[in-house]
Amino acid sequence: MSARTKLSLILLFAPFALWLGVLIIIPHIDMFLVSIREKIGIGQYRIGPANYMAFFTEPLYWNTFMRTALMSIAATLLTFLIGFPVAFYIAKVARGRLKTTLFLMVLLPFWVSELVRTFGWMILLRETGVISHTLQWLGLVHRPVELLYNDGAIMVGLVYTSMLFMVVPLVTTLDSLDDELIEAGYDLGGNGWSVLREIVIPHAMPGIVSGSIVVFMLSLGNYLTPVLMGGKNSLWFTEQIYQQFIVRFNWEQGAAFGFLLLFLSSLIVWLGLKITGQTLRETMG
Amino acid sequence: MIKKALLGAGIAALLAGTALSAQAETLRLLTWGGYAPDKVVKMFEKETGIKVKVTKSNNEEMIAKLRATGGGGFDLAQPSQDRITGAQAEYNIYKPIDLGRIKKELFIPSMLEATKKNTTLNGKVYGVPHVWGTSGLVVNRDKAPDVKDYLDLCNPKYKGRVSYRLKRPTLIAFAFSMGMDPFAAYSDKAKYGEILKKVEAKLIECKPNVKAYWTGGDALLNLLRSGEVWAAMAWDTGGWKLNKENPAITFVAPKSGALGWIDTFALPRKTKAEDAAYKWINFVMQPKIAAMITAAAGNFTASKGADAYVEEGLKKRFQESFPQEAIDNIKWYPPVPPGLEEMEGKVLDRVKAAK
Repeated sequence: MSARTKLSLILLFAPFALWLGVLIIIPHIDMFLVSIREKIGIGQYRIGPANYMAFFTEPLYWNTFMRTALMSIAATLLTFLIGFPVAFYIAKVARGRLKTTLFLMVLLPFWVSELVRTFGWMILLRETGVISHTLQWLGLVHRPVELLYNDGAIMVGLVYTSMLFMVVPLVTTLDSLDDELIEAGYDLGGNGWSVLREIVIPHAMPGIVSGSIVVFMLSLGNYLTPVLMGGKNSLWFTEQIYQQFIVRFNWEQGAAFGFLLLFLSSLIVWLGLKITGQTLRETMG
Repeated sequence: MIKKALLGAGIAALLAGTALSAQAETLRLLTWGGYAPDKVVKMFEKETGIKVKVTKSNNEEMIAKLRATGGGGFDLAQPSQDRITGAQAEYNIYKPIDLGRIKKELFIPSMLEATKKNTTLNGKVYGVPHVWGTSGLVVNRDKAPDVKDYLDLCNPKYKGRVSYRLKRPTLIAFAFSMGMDPFAAYSDKAKYGEILKKVEAKLIECKPNVKAYWTGGDALLNLLRSGEVWAAMAWDTGGWKLNKENPAITFVAPKSGALGWIDTFALPRKTKAEDAAYKWINFVMQPKIAAMITAAAGNFTASKGADAYVEEGLKKRFQESFPQEAIDNIKWYPPVPPGLEEMEGKVLDRVKAAK
């Protein structure tokens, strides 16, 4: 390699290295150092694992995390179940302008901010909201119904927020599936179900895996939707981290929770890949 | 070579940026919504030539922001008087106020003295009063006529029709309403823990009554306005604002006492525009300007003689909510000693997690 190409390689790589180093690695090191500080008095600290131990000894924190993780997994499954037919229709059934229009319609809600989207759902679901009024007008219910402030509302919000991130990778992988393969499947005596199971899903697997990882991580790290739509029983782990940092002034605990979230969510993704027999390399490749 | 040149260009650009911003004097104000209305800011800019950059926040975020920078990034902050000494002792984020540069004659003397006392740490004063108000009950009198005290929010009649915040004022309010005195127990952690335990049990018992724990003032006003919530613990100004639209809703000073707060002016330790900060304080404390802030924020100020310029409607609503004995019964927050907020945090977490 000549000196010139070396230099251009370094220059090309520099913005990425800077971004990674300055914005990701250095803050994480600092955060880790904060997380292993134990407060013993006003302005006095010592190094120890107490903040991490608190997560395992206080059932509240542990339960909050489990709840967050399980609901995020459920949201991922739901998003997949709703997103797959949509993606299949866009990639395989729709043609020409209809295809572009449908794809655009999936994108459209993401042109407004997440906060606005969440408020939109709140207007629909609240007791004096659109759905409640419509149901009363139709005579299906005789008094206002409250659809907001429960886990169902959180789920609706999460699925809606992450739909795009499931549909796009699915459309891309399904697009590359040759229609003739599906026809061949039918010619060889397959029915709709076996073609789906033997041909479509195996081909779409990289899209399914990458979509699921993104949706799971987005749900787990979501803050606005659970807090605004969950009401009095919304326990979400990111909310706990916010509380520790901002409301309780307990940066040490908040930093420890941040690392636990990073570690545990990576663990869940790894487990998910193991169970379904996938590897990250296949997905990315 | 190229790298160095690039670096140089970058630094030059950065320097140019700071030089540009330093040209016009700027006051970076960390405050609450309504405390620096556009009209007042424009008048100040016209009179002094100093630009004002307003950041709206709340007590916890103010401390968190200043802590993150060691007291930098802002030139003047407006924390509540009870949250200054604790934060100062722990994080050293404020600078003492030079009382000689404050026009004392603009302040209501009793309020200035009380704030000075409560914000003194190691013989130095860290705050002067600006806006004061209370939290108590905002009640829809058509639907919940017998809500007179915080504990009435737990009346089974109002199941699902009540809202309050999961924050420290709620703990304090319920303690008072249950006949205890949490302020007297501030200095005794064991005793304060006992009080918190009883309040925790009560709040968990009361949970079925709660529609949602409110977090933002506007969201709460919407809940009350739409009739989804009939009674809430909230700030007085919220109640008066709704009273203008719907006479049935108003602020009620609870039997066990409204909780009184005073928001102050405090100097962040690394303030870069101290002169401008003092100028701002002396500017907004003038009676006519203070009345404009009262009109925007809905709360009264510590400015002497400003009452004369305040709109009649607000005065009337204040008098309706606060007969003389209710004023005498206001419980003013004493300074919070470090450590209490941690205990309170755990209680609030458990209340939220309870089924």
